[in-house]
Amino acid sequence: MPKNNEIKRVLVIGSGPIVIGQAAEFDYAGTQACRSLKEEGLEVVLLNSNPATIMTDKDIADKVYIEPLTAEVVEQLILKEKPDSVLPTLGGQAALNLAMELEESGFLKRNHVRLIGTTAETIKKAEDRLEFKSTMEKIGEPCAASLVVENVEDGVKFAESIGYPVVLRPAYTLGGSGGGIANSRHQLMEILENGLRLSRVGQVLVERCIAGWKEIEYEVMRDARGNCITVCNMENVDPVGVHTGDSIVVAPSQTLGDKEYQMLRTSALNIISELNITGGCNVQYALHPDTFEYCVIEVNPRVSRSSALASKATGYPIAKVAAKIALGYTLDEIKNAVTKKTYASFEPMLDYCVVKIPRLPFDKFISAKRTLTTQMKATGEVMSICDNFEGALMKAIRSLEQHVDCLLSYDFSRLSKEELLEDLKRVDDQRIWKIAEAIRRGITYEIIHEITRIDIWFIDKIAVLVEMEQALKACAPKVASGRGGIDRELLKEAKRLEFPDSVIARLTGLEERKVHDLRYEYGIRAVYKMVDTCAAEFAAETPYYYSVFGGENEAEKTDGCKKVLVLGSGPIRIGQGIEFDFCSVHCTWAFSKEGYETIIVNNNPETVSTDFDIADKLYFEPLTPEDVESIVDIEKPDGAVVQFGGQTAIKLTEALMKMGVPILGTKAEDVDAAEDRELFDKILEECRIPRPKGDTVYTAEEAKGVANRLGYPVLVRPSYVLGGQGMQIAINDHDIDEFIGIINRIAQDHPILVDKYLQGKEIEVDAVCDGENILIPGIMEHIERAGIHSGDSISVYPAQSLSKETKQTIEEYTKRLARSLHVIGLINIQFIVCGEEVYVIEVNPRSSRTVPYISKVTGIPIVSLAAKVIIGHKIEELGYASGLQPEADYFAVKMPVFSFEKIRDADISLGPEMKSTGECLGIAGTFDEALYKAFLGAGIRLPKFNNMILTVRDEDKPEAVEIGRRFAQIGYRIFATAGTAQALKAGGVKAITVNKIEQETPNLMDLILGHKIDLVIDTPPQGAERGKDGFLIRRNAVETGVNVLTAIDTAKALITSLENTNIQKLTLVNIAEI
Amino acid sequence: MKAFLILEDGTVFAGTSIGSARDMISEIVFNTSMTGYLEVLTDPSYAGQAVVMTYPLIGNYGVTPDMESDKAWPDGYIVKELSRVASNFRCEGELNDFLISQDIPGIAGIDTRALTKLLREKGTMNGMITTNENYCMDEILPQIREYAVGDVVSEAACQDTYVLEGKGPSVALMDFGAKKNIIKSLNQRGCKVTVYPADTTAEQIIRSEPDGIMLSNGPGDPKSCTSIIEEIKKLSETNIPIFAICLGHQLMALAHGAKTYKLKYGHRGGNHPVKDLAGGRVYISSQNHGYAVDYSTMDSTVAEEAFINVNDGTNEGISYVGKNIFTVQFHPEASPGPQDSGYLFDRFLDMMKGAK
Repeated sequence: MPKNNEIKRVLVIGSGPIVIGQAAEFDYAGTQACRSLKEEGLEVVLLNSNPATIMTDKDIADKVYIEPLTAEVVEQLILKEKPDSVLPTLGGQAALNLAMELEESGFLKRNHVRLIGTTAETIKKAEDRLEFKSTMEKIGEPCAASLVVENVEDGVKFAESIGYPVVLRPAYTLGGSGGGIANSRHQLMEILENGLRLSRVGQVLVERCIAGWKEIEYEVMRDARGNCITVCNMENVDPVGVHTGDSIVVAPSQTLGDKEYQMLRTSALNIISELNITGGCNVQYALHPDTFEYCVIEVNPRVSRSSALASKATGYPIAKVAAKIALGYTLDEIKNAVTKKTYASFEPMLDYCVVKIPRLPFDKFISAKRTLTTQMKATGEVMSICDNFEGALMKAIRSLEQHVDCLLSYDFSRLSKEELLEDLKRVDDQRIWKIAEAIRRGITYEIIHEITRIDIWFIDKIAVLVEMEQALKACAPKVASGRGGIDRELLKEAKRLEFPDSVIARLTGLEERKVHDLRYEYGIRAVYKMVDTCAAEFAAETPYYYSVFGGENEAEKTDGCKKVLVLGSGPIRIGQGIEFDFCSVHCTWAFSKEGYETIIVNNNPETVSTDFDIADKLYFEPLTPEDVESIVDIEKPDGAVVQFGGQTAIKLTEALMKMGVPILGTKAEDVDAAEDRELFDKILEECRIPRPKGDTVYTAEEAKGVANRLGYPVLVRPSYVLGGQGMQIAINDHDIDEFIGIINRIAQDHPILVDKYLQGKEIEVDAVCDGENILIPGIMEHIERAGIHSGDSISVYPAQSLSKETKQTIEEYTKRLARSLHVIGLINIQFIVCGEEVYVIEVNPRSSRTVPYISKVTGIPIVSLAAKVIIGHKIEELGYASGLQPEADYFAVKMPVFSFEKIRDADISLGPEMKSTGECLGIAGTFDEALYKAFLGAGIRLPKFNNMILTVRDEDKPEAVEIGRRFAQIGYRIFATAGTAQALKAGGVKAITVNKIEQETPNLMDLILGHKIDLVIDTPPQGAERGKDGFLIRRNAVETGVNVLTAIDTAKALITSLENTNIQKLTLVNIAEI
Repeated sequence: MKAFLILEDGTVFAGTSIGSARDMISEIVFNTSMTGYLEVLTDPSYAGQAVVMTYPLIGNYGVTPDMESDKAWPDGYIVKELSRVASNFRCEGELNDFLISQDIPGIAGIDTRALTKLLREKGTMNGMITTNENYCMDEILPQIREYAVGDVVSEAACQDTYVLEGKGPSVALMDFGAKKNIIKSLNQRGCKVTVYPADTTAEQIIRSEPDGIMLSNGPGDPKSCTSIIEEIKKLSETNIPIFAICLGHQLMALAHGAKTYKLKYGHRGGNHPVKDLAGGRVYISSQNHGYAVDYSTMDSTVAEEAFINVNDGTNEGISYVGKNIFTVQFHPEASPGPQDSGYLFDRFLDMMKGAK
């Protein structure tokens, strides 16, 4: 069927801010789809509130709206842009829900706009629990015994009829929000109450527990003619019970025979056909490990995280094909973009094994429960490819960048056997390390399987790795006595299993360099194989590579042009998000335009940078020095760019230089100078720029010395980290002891910094420097005062409260710093402004989190400008005057978005350590409207009940009175704890005093759990002693869906925004025209 | 124990011996299925060939009852990695033990992707698996090159007629090396299936008055089956509905004057898209064939092309004009591979019903 020519102008809806369960994969899918639509000559109107994405670039879509994802906005946009079609299947659950809302209200029909990609009927059949169940029953596909309930009583009744444990799944939520397994009536009531609240339609499915069964997924494609194929199947190493987003996943399935494989495949095709899906779809199964019995767990009638993974695992571009299908094409009309010979109507065959490991945020939320459940907690993931499972697992482990590089990285050797067995019962992110320890102790596969329900085949693979550890350890005495090293066969096998040189060195006692040299001597070198979708059956043209040890090398060095190596930013984590992928991709495009051959190295399956047609060559590999060196050995690039890939890439600088690869742009020693305290102080002195006083220390004692000399409060942080990891404000010696203890849990290669903490306005600047001149697209001001991580602050452009002189000072300081650090490319500087005094607090001679945002709101493409400057162009040649650019006519507000409700027991109070997972943008002609849009985009929709709780620390009380007054004026009833209430009353604001948690009921907790509160403003005291009370309040509030603000400045911004809710008609801004 | 795979062009892959340690020479072909190694090993169509699995991890679920015949057929077995444990609820043993019990030599630990690329570029080649480290290239290369698959149909087919009872239509199945699942697919649909050896005459079959005739898959070069082709010609002149798969499909085409040819490296796997030219639908099919029908040599008034391969446009099915004869190159019985085209057996049943 050829393209439907009635489709000319398509509105594509994105997925909004990155939250746990809905992340970068939708930028990847959306970007691929938009490009695919444009390829067909269609006009693309894009809506997404997330400014950090590539899809919201003017080169991706024709019209770009970074506006809140609400039904009102979509309606207004449809009236303004008059698209003939809406494509909602590429923006995750967010877009799908919006489309449903518009369809149900009849808006689309009234305005003659069609949904393409999928019909409303299909969405309903797949997403509505009841309809889904009856559809499955109709075609004889089994589901676990289940019932949709709308209240707790019905849930309890049903659960008790089928018996505990039961699984709870709220309808229409992402990442399984609010779901869980209940083993008792008590647990059931707790989870159910929460789930009912989180579900958009107030429905929760109570289901027979199939925990322990194999969890298998199929990615299926179908076109309007009814042709269907499966792209890939995947097996979760962790059996049912752990959300697939938090599971270790392998593709293809490893423990299924053809009978099981085809049984589920046929079922998946039947389901997609019955649901009448046109496009991509994901079907999840639970398969009984000892019979052919299976249950359909879930169907997603859209592209998903799993489909991004399947695309990267197979080379089959699901989103691109889904977009073409939406236009009416059939699978056999769409070319396979990888082989360029075959068509999309085939099934990829893998001749390798893919392992995905989730990136969990427990290094950020150290108080959080590590337990994994059906509620997803991962912020990102890594993928690796190898020709054996063990190797793929090892590569994935070291890709995580969590200080793990083998199965010895978490030490459980101190546990007794009983403790270990007990610990194995806990399903958490360290489970494979515990299994490895159990194997070391000689615990049998059967016992391990009995406890974990993980298939024996996987347990054996872990055992293979443990045996290799032991074989390498056995070499140690020989090495120690100088009687030799490791024999060739053993080393070859260790490398086949992807043991890094560093681990081999640790186990054998050889120096790492020695292992490296020995390898080269023996001729044991990584070779590269191609991901070609067809197991080598056809010659493929897309250079998408992975490494293995042994065999023929397929990656060939191309000659005749300059080659640049672009290092990606690895898995999405808090502090290093999708922004860096945006930078890597734009850098790649810029180099490409300048005639370079571009080579990307990255390991994140969710991102645009790892799409096969972004760079000339893609290496899907861990980002460690050894892995990069193997690529360098073959590609011999003319240079590497590290300044766009966040800390991941920066950390590789030294290693690259040792390999003889020139670092393009700012030199490594200058990057160091910005991080090295002494060097940096010297530069500041030379530039006559003040900074808060401070010093470097290694121990708590030294830190206390410095702190007392400077006077508390002080800021304590490790150097060379992103996202303020480990950064804290200490108010006394006790805090120092605690913070340094936490920092030193992980061995530090670099000193710890202790600085005087200044509470001023925080200002941020991104600039391009060509060595001589600078270009500052704009100055951003944070709404929250210094002390809250810049990534968690609301950021406003242009800066609202700075005098002309201060702006000039900032421009001047930026210029001086960029010059003296010899910056070629990007630099990010954070300032504190106290009165008219400007202090520098941090300098990063690299791209930053704010780069996509500032690029979009100023219309200045600073990544490509920086790349051009790196290549050798001067700013003035590029059509820009140097210095601070004139301010835009718009106001833009970048709002952080958090995923606190997903992480049980994480403290949500904001501080110097970053906690947000994503961001959204509000852009408008006035500041008030921009702020209003930003809060709307972040999902804060008030008022509901007009009740709020106010409890603030002493120093915030004067401001709290003012804030209280304003909230009271717009009709809020204020509940406050005694101290705050007293202050409010003294200031003439009406407040109702409530008991603290430890006091008798009714107290704060009862109020929160009573579901009658819109908002909690709770500003905790600084320092480690934040009080168990506050923590409990904040946690409970977040988990019951109440908005919680922990900074007084955020509260002020919110009330300003609420005072402007009379803004009925929003002005929609087409970013492409800025 | 070390083992070597030596190809006729002199390429040598060194690996580890699996299965039997004896030497073997055969035609080397690759299969891209990711599951179903047992079905592949027991598919009689592999008689006279040694098979390389492109999926690198083989034997993961051990030996399950999923056999397509009573024994393993390939002359040799080539894998990247043979799993050291077998894990599946139906597992009855380990694959290596099975290979040994079937006396099939094999090699593991070689770069199967490089081998596959070589076969793709140069076309199917002969090769030898040996555990003799001191092989003499000059001596063995002529032997390797000399190897020809030969008459394997008589070897692969059953020797005696047997019957699977059923209450539905009676089907006479000519066994050229039939996979069990073809027989089972008919039997499960209620057919009474009588399986005849490959050298059964047309008269014998016609005399049994079947409601339909099924021509099975099988190994080797279809052109070499001259006497069978003659018999098929006679069968096609009756009005008995005929359905044919793979070799049967090729033989029917040959019986109608078309030509067959050897594909460069064949189609072996479970992901080949075939298009039903009647409705335009595409199905993913299970395939195992080294030869194909050149439809351009067929008189189009005699037979219409019914299916083509979406990848390379080769013929995948033929419908005979004015006759109850319908043949496909691919394997609707799956095993291993997708079950999407199983509906063709239903179509055969309808043909038989319609003919009554």
